[in-house]
Amino acid sequence: MTERRRERIDRGIKKRSEDVFALASWREMLYLAGPRLLPVALVLFLPPLLSPYWQKVMLSVGVFGLLAVSWDLLAQAGMISLGQALFFGMGAYGAGLLDRYLGMPPFLSLPIAAVLGGLVSTLLLLPVLRLRGIYFSMVTLILPLMLVRVIEATKIFGGTEGLSGLTPWPSVWVEMYLILGALLAALFGFRRMLAADYGLVLKGIRDNDRSVTSAGINIYVYKAQALFIAAAVGGFAGAFMTHVYLFVGMPVFALDYSILPIAAAVVGGPGGLAGATLGAAILVPLSEALRGFGGLRIVFYGVFLVVFIVAVPEGIFSFVRRKYHQFERWVEVD
Amino acid sequence: MDRVDGVDPVDQRRDDDGHPFLRVEGLGKRFGGIQAVADVSLDLARGELLGIIGPNGSGKTTLVNLISGFVRPSAGEVRFRGRRIDRMPPHRIVRLGIARTFQMVRPFYELPAYKNMIIPLFSPRVRGLVGGKYGDRDAVALDLLEEVGFERDAFVAYKPAGALPQGYLKRLELAKAMALEPELLILDELFSGLSLAEVASIVPIIEKLRQGGMTLIMIEHRLRELFRIADRVVVLNHGRKIADGPPAAVMEMDAVKSAYLGAAAETAETSDPETEAP
Ligand SMILES: Nc1ncnc2c1ncn2[C@@H]1O[C@H](COP(=O)(O)OP(=O)(O)OP(=O)(O)O)[C@@H](O)[C@H]1O
Ligand SMILES: [Mg+2]
Repeated sequence: MTERRRERIDRGIKKRSEDVFALASWREMLYLAGPRLLPVALVLFLPPLLSPYWQKVMLSVGVFGLLAVSWDLLAQAGMISLGQALFFGMGAYGAGLLDRYLGMPPFLSLPIAAVLGGLVSTLLLLPVLRLRGIYFSMVTLILPLMLVRVIEATKIFGGTEGLSGLTPWPSVWVEMYLILGALLAALFGFRRMLAADYGLVLKGIRDNDRSVTSAGINIYVYKAQALFIAAAVGGFAGAFMTHVYLFVGMPVFALDYSILPIAAAVVGGPGGLAGATLGAAILVPLSEALRGFGGLRIVFYGVFLVVFIVAVPEGIFSFVRRKYHQFERWVEVD
Repeated sequence: MDRVDGVDPVDQRRDDDGHPFLRVEGLGKRFGGIQAVADVSLDLARGELLGIIGPNGSGKTTLVNLISGFVRPSAGEVRFRGRRIDRMPPHRIVRLGIARTFQMVRPFYELPAYKNMIIPLFSPRVRGLVGGKYGDRDAVALDLLEEVGFERDAFVAYKPAGALPQGYLKRLELAKAMALEPELLILDELFSGLSLAEVASIVPIIEKLRQGGMTLIMIEHRLRELFRIADRVVVLNHGRKIADGPPAAVMEMDAVKSAYLGAAAETAETSDPETEAP
């Protein structure tokens, strides 16, 4: 008696592509390049097809994508951030101040605010770099909330009013391709960094810092570097948004900027930055699409989050990647 | 391999200026109510192989943690080639040339064995020697693993560390420390959990290291195997040094016998200051 069963097989090319080998055909080349070309193609060709409203959503995808990549980077080095808003807000205020008080054009204030924001955030967290696990996380959670109160109480940087009337980007297309280009650059650039020996050290610190220390490596130097990179990425997103909103104020330290990136990374699958990006590309539009539900929006959003996490615990990206590298066929079994 | 010659030329040329290679003086460590190490002094000469033995919980690992900087002493000092190292953070001590293995091996289980070698090869102590380009370290890693007995054709080095048997994990641990090109290598119970045959296959690696001029400290419970290769043995009991001398002589001392018998029979309090050997 025979019965039929579905059999799952790894494509041989997956194994081979993990090492150096000669590509045999255009099909194999496309097979390998496809997953990398797809996001690039989406970024290039999708925005012009969208309505102005969904174009704004796309901007948000870029911003939250960067924050999620930044979060994932930190997580790779064993630092779980609950305060991405700190990085975002630092960059946002940096750009606002450079614009208002130095009259700096956006293209200058963006990189400078990103670096300065990264530096200030790193300096603020330097004293707690030695804290592990939840203790470090708690500090990242509290810092942005504290800063809001500081701004409110001391009335610095425009106080509760914030700074408005700032310089916009030259056009919506500059805006769009700048943030999406930055997201792709961060995604591919830092993926590469994590795959190199440097990234191995970062992950080593996460998994077993004793082992890294006993290699003569100062783990705090590496943690600080990872912190700076992640904070600068988050700061970039903030500085960018300042010139989109033409305003910077206390809301840049809001909890949303801390929580949504984590949700994106978890839903997409933390670890390789691609999951975080994919997560942002799913969750941000989803949250917009649910606007029709009014007050119940957050409930439905929460239900979706739970479903994702329960149904695909490995993360959507890992799931899709696994499927991409497998094919299925029916076989007869006795 | 000529990597040994390349290490820290300045350091190699500078002699120890008459300082002992390693000097431990009055070292002590208290954990709450437990005196884990008490007033331990010892000297170690360049090229020597010192064994440290003692019953469970006698403070051997703590002594090594104190020397390698993973634990701050509550008393005493450690000098390496004349330089005080007891206040240094552990990564700086490694850069001076003291490498160690851990009693509990904890590799990166999901990484292939040879990728586990990348982190020590990324150490500031040897980074310059290996070349910076992506992938260069892999070749050195495979060479080192072959030296400790990962047969090259068997592809064991490519298996995830989590899939390796204890014997290979111990070899990996040894290779990681060797990758640092240390001058002093401290091995904490490298032989424990290994079969006689496995120990016999690791001993030649250690002997080869010694021929290269390496100074070693080995903590061991496998006394028979240790005594064959050690020049000198220090015995700890309840954190105190109760004996120090050539293996054969040390095992004849009454204090040592009673310490081991006492530990075996679970009888109380054997460390008596009067019986302390010179
Ligand atoms: N970090 C620590 N905190 C508290 N107590 C500790 C710590 N490390 C060691 N101890 C205690 O110090 C004593 C000596 O422990 P140590 O690990 O140095 O012994 P050991 O000689 O290496 O033993 P074994 O042969 O079992 O490895 C033990 O009583 C142990 O419980
Ligand atoms: Mg021990």
